[in-house]
Amino acid sequence: MLGSAIIVFRETLEAALIIGIIAAATRNLPSRNFWLLVGIGAGVVGSLIVASLTGKISELAEGTGQELFNAGILGLAALMLAWHNIWMARHGMQLARDAKQLGQDVVSGTREMSTLGLVIALAILREGSETALFLYGLLAGGDETLATVLGGGAIGLLVGALAGYGLYAGFLRIPARLFFAATSGLILLLAASMSSQAARFLVQADLLPSLANPLWDTSWLLDNSSLLGRFLHTLVGYEAMPSGIQVVFYLGALTLILAGMHRFRIRPHTLAT
Amino acid sequence: MKILVTLVSLLSISAWAADNEVSVIIRDHRFEPAEIHVPAGQKIKLVIQNQDATPEEFESHELNREKVIAPGSKANIYIGPLSPGRYPFFGEFHEQTARGAVIAE
Repeated sequence: MLGSAIIVFRETLEAALIIGIIAAATRNLPSRNFWLLVGIGAGVVGSLIVASLTGKISELAEGTGQELFNAGILGLAALMLAWHNIWMARHGMQLARDAKQLGQDVVSGTREMSTLGLVIALAILREGSETALFLYGLLAGGDETLATVLGGGAIGLLVGALAGYGLYAGFLRIPARLFFAATSGLILLLAASMSSQAARFLVQADLLPSLANPLWDTSWLLDNSSLLGRFLHTLVGYEAMPSGIQVVFYLGALTLILAGMHRFRIRPHTLAT
Repeated sequence: MKILVTLVSLLSISAWAADNEVSVIIRDHRFEPAEIHVPAGQKIKLVIQNQDATPEEFESHELNREKVIAPGSKANIYIGPLSPGRYPFFGEFHEQTARGAVIAE
């Protein structure tokens, strides 16, 4: 039971933290809760489907289907987060300044929220399918009963969800003038982190050279298997032993998104009119 | 993002096929062999066959790899080129028993 709780917690944590950040960043958007729930629901259903197709997905593309699938999901989620940050650079100040004006922008806000619902669904899809497989394996292995597997899973899920909620609640305590910078900064790092993970899967599939493997090793300082290591891995993309290409992707995504945010930003003086 | 896509397609052309193939079997939630000796400085293709009726997730922080292997299926994982040394790996779904290491020399 403890085993299933720990694994489910590990897998839940990443998705929960991502949901926490997104929920905080979009607190002023219309229909936020609806799209959060749609994203979570779609993610859970999707992960059951993906879990049942794991063997088939793996066989695709000469045995590299799983890597391509994961890289595709991460790449798509990173793209959506990049889009969100660029959109927020344009509309964020507007949202903070004038709630009434937001009313006129409901269509744009809803489209934005549905994009982020998709990011949530993708995050859950990736971690959720592994969780479902693991729990299925426990049951099929016959060492544990349905009750202990589900009980352990529920505890893990709850603790993971609490961590996500804790992050969300922490964000809401950030003073308003720093809030926008904090959330868009974290989403920026999240997108860069996803790009770096996508690159790792492409190296694993032998589609990208690793360049240097590892480029550095800080596992003596902070191991990726530790709780803090996992936390920072999800939030800012911390890797104790990254390959060179991951760092290239991380910095590349960071630069491109920052450039996009700068390019489409509405300057404060134009807002005043 | 477009630049990234272009970069990916350019780099993938330059990626080369690995000649060094090593087979590993998962049976009764254990890796066989548990120690895999490979040449250092070369790319290796691990072919892992899961003979159990339950899924397993091959994971290694040292090798920076993770992959779910469905029951009764085979998975390819490319690793290296590695510096000489010991690189532990484990099966995340059966961490107590499924443990092993790649030894590059």
